Amino acid sequence: MEKVAVMGVGQTSFEREKDDTFEEMVFEAVQAALSDAGGKIGDIDNVLTVSNDFWDGRTISSMSVMYAAGAWDKDVSTVEGDGIFGAIYGAMRTLAGSFDTTLVVAHAKGSMGRMNLITNGMFDPIYQRPLGIDATMAAALQARCYMERTGATEEDFASVSVKNHRNGCRNPHVHLGMELSIEDVLRSRKISDPLKLYDCSPISDGAAAVVLANERGAKRFAQKPAWIRGMGHCSDSYTLGYRDLANTRALQAASRKAYGMAGIADPLKELDVVELYDAYSYMELLWYEGLGLAAEGRGAELMMSGATCMGGDLPVNPSGGVLSAHPVLVAGLARLAEAVLQVRGDAGERQVAGAKTALAHGINGACGQAHGVIVIGT
Amino acid sequence: MADRKTGQTELLYVTSGDMYQPYSYSLGRLGAEFLNTIKEEKRFLGARCPGCNRVYVPPRSVCGRCHMKMEELVPVSDEGEIVACAIIEFGFVDPNTGIARPVPYGTAFIRLDGADTALPHFLDSVDREKVKVGARVKAVFEETRTGKIMDIKHFALIDQYRRPGGSNGFSVE
Ligand SMILES: [Zn+2]
Repeated sequence: MEKVAVMGVGQTSFEREKDDTFEEMVFEAVQAALSDAGGKIGDIDNVLTVSNDFWDGRTISSMSVMYAAGAWDKDVSTVEGDGIFGAIYGAMRTLAGSFDTTLVVAHAKGSMGRMNLITNGMFDPIYQRPLGIDATMAAALQARCYMERTGATEEDFASVSVKNHRNGCRNPHVHLGMELSIEDVLRSRKISDPLKLYDCSPISDGAAAVVLANERGAKRFAQKPAWIRGMGHCSDSYTLGYRDLANTRALQAASRKAYGMAGIADPLKELDVVELYDAYSYMELLWYEGLGLAAEGRGAELMMSGATCMGGDLPVNPSGGVLSAHPVLVAGLARLAEAVLQVRGDAGERQVAGAKTALAHGINGACGQAHGVIVIGT
Repeated sequence: MADRKTGQTELLYVTSGDMYQPYSYSLGRLGAEFLNTIKEEKRFLGARCPGCNRVYVPPRSVCGRCHMKMEELVPVSDEGEIVACAIIEFGFVDPNTGIARPVPYGTAFIRLDGADTALPHFLDSVDREKVKVGARVKAVFEETRTGKIMDIKHFALIDQYRRPGGSNGFSVE
């Protein structure tokens, strides 16, 4: 079967408020990805942009960044959703044979709008929006469901926050790396019970880009390829009221598909590093279960075992994860960029020694309605 | 209301209410210098591409053709030429005021002398004989300027200055 590789990755710094325009952020990420790949914009056959009109405060936000994305005289397609889905779609466009190389770039400036109003806008306007539901309120409902089902505690959630913020100290791209104690997290300001301030990811600005190539296209670049070994995506119900919020069946389906392609039978043993979408601390425990790293209801146990810490058997989010920087839509593509750096051995201070196989995960929609998973290896 | 005997129900709609979505759009350095110069000096600047030498007005940070960052600002004229125009007879809500702008009014894309791209703005005329592609115009500024594109009141037609043999039509090729 035809193969597809990530040939280059680029990330801007992720900050709470950037003065840069979208164009400047996108250009910086694209240039960084091309430079990492050891190629030029002329080596790119088609461009895929990832953006969201509500976050950007404009319609066809995807088209407005075409100059910076290097899409002049090229075909541009768009994903309005997390960047991991952009990467999966980009891989498909590359595998389909129409294009040998694809550039995927995602951007967001969470600072320019109002998070709660924008995420309120994703819900049904007749029955749900008037209740003021936003991403964090929905997450609190999911966190509570998870606690009820598994017996996980607020301390368990806090331990994820401590681990990921600590990891973030070693990632120069993120803005919220810090040393916290469990007590610091538990005593931080209540946002939406049971979630406190340090259980919630920050609102960040930034952009990320990846260069994808099939075997023919890969020859254009100097960088060594990081091959996509498997990928999968799956959606659960849009309406939260139709879902068991503590059930991860969409992530199970997405990851099993990716594992099947990659020939992975025991992900906990066979993966070397995982970068997953921890928009809220509890999500990491829930996604452990969905990814098959822990049995159902045993996410907290895996966390408390230390296996997912730096130096553990399977470090999760050595980058600091989404808790350390959350540029919406960009965050999933940043997970992929980090996974690529890990398997290439280029992750600097956050490198997991000897990493050969990494998993990147992204989510879209409230409470992880949709999941995308990519397994990457050298 | 619903009448259970006849099985008829009044159909309902829910509006989005009074909530509004405020945004804060960054202009970047080039955009800020462009509007600050209009505000303070009533002059126009454009961004010049180091690759192809095209001058973009208003300025932007990236030349899409060359995929190059633009850093240099150069002065351009406050006079130029209409490259596309329309007289609006059916006005929509003015995003600045929330009320409909009185009709008719003239609007155009204007290529300022020294620029390679066209800037959209209002015209001072609705005269179909004069509002034409190729017509010469000059910027008229507001007395009180605040660093927004509406610091330009409109462009006034100055057909007496029509450039003999000037380019007719719009091309940035
Ligand atoms: Zn140029």
